[in-house]
Amino acid sequence: MPANRPVYLDNHATTPPDPRVLAAMRPWWEENFANPHSVEHALGREAEAAVEAARAEIAALIGAEAREVVLTSGATEANNLAIKGAARFAAARGSDRRRIVTAATEHKCVIQSVLDLAGEGFEPVVLPVGPDGLLDPDRLRGAVDGRTLLVSVMAVNNEIGVIQDLPALAAIARAAGALFHTDAAQAAGRIPLDVEAIGADLLSLSAHKIYGPKGIGALYLRRRPRVRLAPLFSGGGQERGLRSGTLPAPLAVGFGEAARLAAAEGALDAGRIAGQRDRFLAALRAEVPEVRLNGHAERRVPGNLNLTFPGKVDAQAIMAAAPDVCVSTGSACSSAAVEPSYVLRAIGLTEAEARATLRIGIGRFTSPADVDRAAASLAAAWRRALAEARKAPVAAGA
Amino acid sequence: MAPLYLDANATEPLRPEARVAVLAALDLGGNPSSVHAAGRAARRLLEECRERLAARFGARPQEVVFTAGGTEANALAVRGLGRGRRVLLGATEHAAVRAAAREAETLPVLADGTADLAALAARLAAGPPALVCLMAANNETGVLHPLAEIAALCRRHGALLHVDAVQAAGRVPLGLAASGADTLALSGHKLGGPPGAGALLLRPGLDLPALIPGGGQERGRRGGTEPLPAIAGLAAAAEAAEPAAAGRLARLRDRIEAGLGPGARVAGAGAPRLPNTTCVVLPGVAAETQVIALDLAGIRVSAGAACSSGKVARSHVLEAMGLGPDAACGIRLSLPWNAPEEAPERFLAAWAEMRRRLSRAAA
Repeated sequence: MPANRPVYLDNHATTPPDPRVLAAMRPWWEENFANPHSVEHALGREAEAAVEAARAEIAALIGAEAREVVLTSGATEANNLAIKGAARFAAARGSDRRRIVTAATEHKCVIQSVLDLAGEGFEPVVLPVGPDGLLDPDRLRGAVDGRTLLVSVMAVNNEIGVIQDLPALAAIARAAGALFHTDAAQAAGRIPLDVEAIGADLLSLSAHKIYGPKGIGALYLRRRPRVRLAPLFSGGGQERGLRSGTLPAPLAVGFGEAARLAAAEGALDAGRIAGQRDRFLAALRAEVPEVRLNGHAERRVPGNLNLTFPGKVDAQAIMAAAPDVCVSTGSACSSAAVEPSYVLRAIGLTEAEARATLRIGIGRFTSPADVDRAAASLAAAWRRALAEARKAPVAAGA
Repeated sequence: MAPLYLDANATEPLRPEARVAVLAALDLGGNPSSVHAAGRAARRLLEECRERLAARFGARPQEVVFTAGGTEANALAVRGLGRGRRVLLGATEHAAVRAAAREAETLPVLADGTADLAALAARLAAGPPALVCLMAANNETGVLHPLAEIAALCRRHGALLHVDAVQAAGRVPLGLAASGADTLALSGHKLGGPPGAGALLLRPGLDLPALIPGGGQERGRRGGTEPLPAIAGLAAAAEAAEPAAAGRLARLRDRIEAGLGPGARVAGAGAPRLPNTTCVVLPGVAAETQVIALDLAGIRVSAGAACSSGKVARSHVLEAMGLGPDAACGIRLSLPWNAPEEAPERFLAAWAEMRRRLSRAAA
């Protein structure tokens, strides 16, 4: 990355597309732009074949069959489709299962989808997590009963990077006859994912979180035993009626290439990224010794650091004082919001602690020089913010 | 010889302006919702695209909702506005609109494919406030509905009007404010942008619930990280798609229609139509047979809409126009923005050869 560009350490919000992904996509914009559903002519059939090859790569990343993968516009749509689609299909079939269980630290679109279903006669249950960010299997066992339709727990948290014990959680859901869905947008390419080993019925993916393009994601839908869904919207009947609309062939091809690279290089990436993380944290701790890591210390993805800074400084002030580093205070969708992170509140941080917290996301293209520069810059910014905070008069009445 | 692509209504070739915009946005990176420098740069581009698209189609930037495409934009409008209203649906609407309103009443069209305004007025007068869904231009025949009259009727009866403008945008003059519609659906790849982005334009003051809620993007009307490269391509394509340039396509189309020979006819020939589209009906010859014969000759056309993928049945559009059994015998030719000047002659040569062979086989 050129020296005049900021260091990008926000790989949870989005990842830069891999140059190999860009190269794979370009012919499908420039040479064959055909609609992959135009199977009546040769160009359309070529586009369809490319989309199907991409689907196979995406399926391979999670140990699924190609026909179990439904392409969507992203993980938000995939999560909506999984949760609302499963609920509406079951209700239409006359099922009396009404309870839908999720965790308090899920991505907003999952919590929103679950809560929305209250208006359709379902019973949302949002479970608390432990101070380490993990959902205790016993707590889930206590919440799941014979009337539970679906359990949705994310694989990797988007703010604190902790890895849930999916096989244990899925086993509890399935033992009660409920479906198990996991939002794996932050997990894919970072940890191995296998739908059989997990015991997942539904699993959501996003391309732009694995160095692929924005505008495409996928939902895995188990075939044996078959999971059935009602579509969110209908139309031309693409994706076997589950997701209508012209498939964006270049984006699908880019997603396929990103999935292929994630499968081939994910383990290598993880080792290198863990090295950059350790280097960054050591450099930062040398300057800011009391910085505190949130979330389980071991059960976490290598690229994530969620750090509370000492001295009651405002994380926004640190970011403002370090414009050459791109980090964030929480999930991107709520980055601009005034409210402190609900994920951090759910793991027991006070509002002041949550406001003093930064999320660092190290990725495939982060260099040692990047993390050195970022650590120095953030440490200096913290010192400046601390000096400003001490200089400023205490707010009236506080 | 390179194949001749005459299937623009399935998808337009990418315009060079859109290609430049897509590649520039890919280089930019960043999530438009992030507050750091990379995020702010992405946000600036997103909002600039929103303003340019709004300006191009007579809407306000804050009333532009980016979606994954035309199908989602149509579903968002019809589901959102149709709550608690009767839905009146044109008989020739695209599947995306028809599927979004399952309990709709069908509005007939005249034999030329345009909306039956007398029937519309009677339906509007006969019940509580309605949502009327009529497309600006039909995807199979190119027939344009008289939007100004339809909007006036809707206003008079307190009805809302949703217009699927996926095929009309960029090909004929079109604006949200000028059309009198409450919502207008657009698709990037039908304008010469990349697939993967579309938009719903809302009349000022109108609001609707999200179809796909999530992180609160698009003013809470559509969750999910915005696909910036596809959106940048949509905005650039919308500006590059100049209806004035359509005169050239209309001349090419007229040359095709003039050379079809006896026995063939053009559906909706008497109605105002898109300049690039012609639906040719050859009675007694299944559309599928024609499409395959032409494909072997290097001419890419389609039988009806692309989305129904291969399963060629009778066109609901042609049936609604009263073609009866001939509704299974229409092929759609849609000229892309970059159609070559010799397109009519190349098509007509392949067409004449196909007809010669068919008549020999019949003899």
